[in-house]
Amino acid sequence: MAKFSFQLNGRPVTVDSWDPGQPLLYVLRNTLGQHGPKFGCGLAQCGACTVLIDGKATRSCVMPVRQAAGKTVTTIEGLGTPEKPDPVQAAFIAEQAAQCGYCTNGMIMTAKALLNQTPHATLDQIKQGLAGNLCRCGTHTRILRAIQRVVKA
Amino acid sequence: METFSPISRRDLLKTGGALVVSFALGAKRAPAQNADAGKPLDATEVDSFLAVHADGSVTIYTGKVDVGTGLRIAVRQMAAEELGLPAERVALVEGDTGLTPDQGGTGGSTGLTRGGSEVRQAAATARRALLELGAQQLKRAAAELTLVDGEVRPVAGGAGIGIGALTGGRRFTLKVDAKAPLQNPANYRVVGKPLPRPDVPAKCTGRNTYLQDFTLPGMLHGRVIRPPAIGAKLQSVDETSVRAIPDVRVVRIENFLGVVAPDEWAAVRAARELKATWSDWQGLPGNDGLERFVRESPIDRDQVLVTKGDPAAALPSAAKQLSATYRWPNQSHASLGPSCSVADWRSDGLTVWSSSQSTHGLRGSFARMFGIDGSTVRVVYMDGAGSYGGNGNDDAAADAVLLSKAVGKPVRVQWMRQEEHGWDPKGPQQYLDLRGGIDAQGRIVAWETQMWLPTTVPGNRPFLGVDAAAISQPHGQGAGQISQNGDPPYEASNVKVVVHWTKDTPLRISNLRAPGKIANVFAVESFTDELAHAAGMDPVAFRLRGLADPRGVEVLQRATQMIDWQARTSPNPRPGNGRGVAYMRYKQSENYVAMAMDVSVDRATGRVTVRRVACAHDCGLVVNPDSLRNQIEGCIVQTLSRTLHEEVKFDRSRVTSVDWASYPILTFPEVPIVDVVLINHPELPLLGAGEAATATVAAALGNAIFDATGVRLRTAPFTTERVKAALA
Repeated sequence: MAKFSFQLNGRPVTVDSWDPGQPLLYVLRNTLGQHGPKFGCGLAQCGACTVLIDGKATRSCVMPVRQAAGKTVTTIEGLGTPEKPDPVQAAFIAEQAAQCGYCTNGMIMTAKALLNQTPHATLDQIKQGLAGNLCRCGTHTRILRAIQRVVKA
Repeated sequence: METFSPISRRDLLKTGGALVVSFALGAKRAPAQNADAGKPLDATEVDSFLAVHADGSVTIYTGKVDVGTGLRIAVRQMAAEELGLPAERVALVEGDTGLTPDQGGTGGSTGLTRGGSEVRQAAATARRALLELGAQQLKRAAAELTLVDGEVRPVAGGAGIGIGALTGGRRFTLKVDAKAPLQNPANYRVVGKPLPRPDVPAKCTGRNTYLQDFTLPGMLHGRVIRPPAIGAKLQSVDETSVRAIPDVRVVRIENFLGVVAPDEWAAVRAARELKATWSDWQGLPGNDGLERFVRESPIDRDQVLVTKGDPAAALPSAAKQLSATYRWPNQSHASLGPSCSVADWRSDGLTVWSSSQSTHGLRGSFARMFGIDGSTVRVVYMDGAGSYGGNGNDDAAADAVLLSKAVGKPVRVQWMRQEEHGWDPKGPQQYLDLRGGIDAQGRIVAWETQMWLPTTVPGNRPFLGVDAAAISQPHGQGAGQISQNGDPPYEASNVKVVVHWTKDTPLRISNLRAPGKIANVFAVESFTDELAHAAGMDPVAFRLRGLADPRGVEVLQRATQMIDWQARTSPNPRPGNGRGVAYMRYKQSENYVAMAMDVSVDRATGRVTVRRVACAHDCGLVVNPDSLRNQIEGCIVQTLSRTLHEEVKFDRSRVTSVDWASYPILTFPEVPIVDVVLINHPELPLLGAGEAATATVAAALGNAIFDATGVRLRTAPFTTERVKAALA
C-alpha cells in the first residue's frame, strides 16, 4: 500500500491507502480518528468536510489523499477543545450558533480561513465568504453574529 | 512519527474517547429488557423517567430526542425546576428503547408539550416523595419543608438533607401522579432562563459524537445500490466488476443490492462501480404531469373539516367575489448529512443505532417485519444531521439491519448524497382552490377552501430496503396533520373547508416540518390579502377587524410595529420594494405567530431579496428563551429557503434533483435580518415551537412581493425564473 505523509494538527503522520485517489476525508475520519470534518455530499457542494490545507479552506471530500502529501492539514480538532476553544469556536459557543451542528465544522473552518485572510471582514464579506457553505437548520443569522463577534473582538 | 493504517481503527477505538468506548460496551450488553438491570420503562412509573443518584445528581430518561432543537436543555430545565436543582446536575438519556419510556415519536412539536410535560409530572411526583422522605428524617411535617439546591430543608431555616442521602440511589417505586403539584411559575428559578445548550461546545470543537462517527469493533461499512428507476427490478449483477476493490462482499436479496467492506472508501467505490442491470420502469407523471395526476386521482374520501353557514349560497350575492388556486411542490428534508445507521444483528437480539425521530416505533417495526421478539430489539438514538421529520433515517436503519443480518457482523450504512435527495420520503404536493366574497364594507361573507391532499393509509411507511428485499411489511402512507389551518383565523359569516383525500400520490411521502401548514397558511393568508386588496383596505387593518382573540391581536400588532408598518393599500406606490404580513394560530389551537417582511424585487432578473423578517411569537410558557429563538430563527430561514428555491424534480422514472446543484437551498448572501420578539405567558401551558414560525413565512413573502410588484405569486417556489415570468 502506498504511504502518504503530512502534518496533521501540528504532528507528522503517515497513512496507508490502498487507493491514492481516496478522498482525504475518509482517511481523516476512519484512519486518523478525526471526526470533526463530516461527509455531507462528496461533491464539494456543501462544505461540511472543510479542513485547512496550508491554511486554506479545502473540501476534503474531493481531495485525493495523495495531494495532501507534504502539506499541513488542520482539522477542527486542531483548533481548540470545549475547555479551551479557539476564538472562532468560542464565538460560535457564545452565540449558540448551532442546531444539529452537522455543518458547524465547515462554518468554523471556513470562517477561520476567511478571518486569517481578512481579519476585519465586513458582514457582506462574511456572507460572500460563506456562500459555498450550506446550513439546513437555518442557523445562518447566529453564524454571522458569531463571526462578527470575532471581528469586533 | 506514528503510522496509521486503516486496520488500526480497532486500536484507535480502544484508546479513543470515553464516549466511543462506553457505547461500544453498551453494544455488548444484552439488548432491551436487561439494559440498566431492569430499569422500568413503563410511562406510568416515576423510575421510568428519572433516577436520583446517591451523589445527589439526577438522570432523566426521555423517549423524545433532541434533533438539534434544544430539547436536551429544555427538558433538563423542566425537571430541575421541580426537583429544586441547578440544570447542570441533571443528566439526560434520550430515545434509547432499552432505557427510556415510549413517549411517542419526536414530531409535530410534541417534544416539550408531551415529552417535557411527562418528565415534569414524574419529577413533581418525585419531589413530593422526597419531601415526605425528608419529613421522616427531619421529623417535621412535609408542609414545613422545601426542596432547593438539591436539599430538603425546613422553610423556616435549619439543617437540611440532600436528596442523594434521602434516596441512597434507590428507586422510588412509585406511580406518576397526574395530580402531584407543580412548582408555581411565579417561583421559577431555572425555567425561563436562557441556559446554553450542553451539546454546543462539543459541536463547535469537533467532539460531539454523531451517529456518523460511531463505530463498533469488527464493523463493516455498507452501501446500497438503488435502482435507476423507482420501480425497477434487479435483473443481473456482475460481481467481477468490483473484484479489484479490496475485501468487498456483494449482498443481494431479491431486488435489494448492497456491498460491505471493512474500508468505507472501498464500499463507496464498490457501490459506484458494481455493474448491475435493472428493468425499465416509468410509473411517475413527471413534474409537468403532477397536478393533472393529482386532480384525476381517485378520491379516497371527501372530508368536510369546517362548515359554518353556506358559503356557496352566500357567494353570489357578495359585493366582490374572488377565486384562486395555490400550489405547493414536493420538497425534500434535504438533511445536510445523509442518513446513517449502525446495526448489529445477533442470534440473541438486534441493536440499532439511529438518528430516527421514532426509535420506539422503529423497534416495533423491525420486530414485526424480521419476525423477532420486540424485547430483544434495542434502538438507540444518536445525534445526526437535522432531519425535520421522517427523512431517510429509518430507511438507512433498515438497510443496515438487512446487511448486518446477511453478513453476520455489525454494519454501518451511510447514504450517499444522491440517495438522501433522491430517496428520502418527500413532503407532499398540495393544491388548494379558494373562493371568497366580501360585502360592501369589506367583511368576509363567504369563504371556501378545497384541498387536494394525499390520503392517509394506516400502518408504517414502507422501508425501501425491506420492500426491495421482498420482505412483507405494511404499506401505510401519511405525512402528518397536513389538513390543518385551512380556514381563515378571522371573522367570516360563511365558511367551508373540504379536503379531497386522493388515493394516488406519485412519490413516497412523510412528515416534513410543519406538515401541510406552510402551504395551507400560504393559501389562506395570501387569499386574505387578496380580499383586503379587493376591499381597498390596509392588510393589517383588514385582519385586525376580523380578529377577536387578544393574543392574536398582540402578535399581529407587535410584528408589524417591528417593521414600522404604515397603513395603506397594496401595491406600494413606489414599486420594487414591498412589505407583507401573515398571521395564524398553529393548528388552530396552539401558538400565535405573526410575521412581517420587507423585500425588494428586481423586475429585470426576477430576484427577490428578503431584507428583513420580524416575528412575534406566543407559545405560552417559555422554557428557554435563547433556545426558543434559535428554533424560530431556523423556522424562518429554512422556510424562506423552501419558499424561494425548493422543488423536488422528477421525470417518468426517478427523482432527478439529487444534489445541492439540482435542489438548491438558501445561501448566506440571501440571509435577511431576522428579529424575533417572544411573548411569554408563564401562567399558561407551554407549546412546542419547532414548527409554528414556519407557517407564516411563505404567505408573508408572497404578500410582500405583491406589495412590491402588484403581481400575486400563487405557486411555490418563487424562483427567479418564475418571478421573472410572472412580472413579464
